[in-house]
Amino acid sequence: MSKASIVVVSSGVSQPSSTRLLADRLAQAVHDELAARGRQADVRVVEVRELAHEVVNMTLTGYAAAPLAEAQAALAAADGVIAVTPVFTAGAAGIFKAFLDVLDTTALAGTPVLLGATGGTSRHSLVLEYGVRPVFTYLHADVVPTSVFAATDDWAEDVDDVKSLPDRIRRAATELADRIAAKAPTRRAGLFDDVPSFGELLGG
Amino acid sequence: MQFGIFSVGDVTTDPTTGRTPDDTERVRNILTIAEHADAAGLDVFATGEHHNPPFVPSSPTTMLGYLAGRTRHITLSTATTLITTNDPVRLAEEYAMLQVISDGRMDLMMGRGNTGPVYPWFGKDIRQGIALAVENYALLRRLWTEDVVDWSGKFRTPLQGFTSTPRPLDGVPPFVWHGSIRSPEIAEQAAFYGDGFLHNAIFWPMEHTAAMVNFYRERYEHHGHGRADQAIVGLGGQVFMRPRSQDAWNEFLPYFNEAPVYGHGPSMEDFTRETPLTVGSPQQVIDRYGAFWEQVGHYQRQLFLMDHAGLPLKTVLEQIDILATEVVPVLRREAELRRPADVPANPPTHAEMVAAARAAGQVHEQAVAAADHWTGRTAEDDVEAADAVTARG
Repeated sequence: MSKASIVVVSSGVSQPSSTRLLADRLAQAVHDELAARGRQADVRVVEVRELAHEVVNMTLTGYAAAPLAEAQAALAAADGVIAVTPVFTAGAAGIFKAFLDVLDTTALAGTPVLLGATGGTSRHSLVLEYGVRPVFTYLHADVVPTSVFAATDDWAEDVDDVKSLPDRIRRAATELADRIAAKAPTRRAGLFDDVPSFGELLGG
Repeated sequence: MQFGIFSVGDVTTDPTTGRTPDDTERVRNILTIAEHADAAGLDVFATGEHHNPPFVPSSPTTMLGYLAGRTRHITLSTATTLITTNDPVRLAEEYAMLQVISDGRMDLMMGRGNTGPVYPWFGKDIRQGIALAVENYALLRRLWTEDVVDWSGKFRTPLQGFTSTPRPLDGVPPFVWHGSIRSPEIAEQAAFYGDGFLHNAIFWPMEHTAAMVNFYRERYEHHGHGRADQAIVGLGGQVFMRPRSQDAWNEFLPYFNEAPVYGHGPSMEDFTRETPLTVGSPQQVIDRYGAFWEQVGHYQRQLFLMDHAGLPLKTVLEQIDILATEVVPVLRREAELRRPADVPANPPTHAEMVAAARAAGQVHEQAVAAADHWTGRTAEDDVEAADAVTARG
């Protein structure tokens, strides 16, 4: 079996970033869960901050400059995606949504996706469910049932004795690893791979 | 190799003066620009077709018909004609008329437009864009090549016993290009018919342009029109020149920064690196555009966008002069030196297409219509004739 390709989209804007911290924990957990299933994984992190200007430029011009095009190609070819955003003003970070807006609408179709978010307090914990999950549903991604929200307090010990952050990360990672392991490696058709012949175009 | 200009026809405020031309002034400026391009010795003038502000060219054949009378040498064309939302019957009529008026000094380029609401404004569904382009063009070709057409399709009311007039000049339809930036289906369509394919690369990296062009070339060969390197290819481009590179940069920067599409987006440094926009000396333009053939093969037509972003008329005319006197003669000579002998230098002219048709044994005979029994009557008097061609379902 080929190595699974995991692409992590991290949309934190500060350095260091608690969003990146959560993204790394999720990636490590998925990596370990896959290893437990006998599957190797390559993890690649896309820091949206580093592509922010290219994302805005593509929004305005319609084409992706090389670094953004390369990240988009990696996402489209990924066997699994971990997407993590901070919560700003009661919603996902604008730059995170902007990054998704310029993604080809077929790029994540069928791809297993794990969602994560960070925020100041647990009062924002449903942002992923009402604000982010529908976007990935629109993209026909296969979003795992457990998404992981980490409030500032979650980074302290014993905040939640019943369902601690490590427990939630493990559960979500298990769900993503199960899906990746059960799925054939992603092969996405290129722009020129599935062009109908002219006979089909005329007959259609 | 042909070199020319194409106009989007945008009405844009000049960011350096705050002045905005009105529609009348802009239309007249476009006519002046086209006549100037002809006098300067450029090969092609092409106009866009738009149906919403800030664009003025809604009626391309009116404009091009006037220019056919005012110009002497330049080939008049479109960039692009909306094959999706125009009635193909009207296109067949209007462009055959332009062909006759211009004595064959024209061609046209099919496209799907850049404005979504044009589809609903003309009663069409944008999700059917490709299907409309395919069906409408198939009908358009039949109207030009067959004297009497019976036809039915998905998007237009059926035709029975219909003859589009005037019949094409010498019985040979105009040469047609298909323009598309992102849709391989349109490259496939151009290849299927052996028509030309133009990639308007002005907002796109050259790698993407090369991939689209090379797909068209492969399919052209597949459909039996010749070798891949003999297919008819055009590119869009965009330049701003002054004798000193830094002067060009300084003068164009405020226009770039406020321009529709890319203004307030990428920096001019990024955009000139990533797309064919070249701002600098004529030699820099020669160096850049003289190398595109390495990625797309020898091609037949290079169009430049010169009159947008609010550039004043005087500046546009100066740019045309620099292009025609300092850039084009060099690029044309270089292209001719490296072109393989059996690869077409230019897209086919009307005379060449007539010669090819005659060589293939096609004879031009104007079918004689039945006597005119319409003049002097009202359409409503003619219910019987209307009934005779009404499809019964």
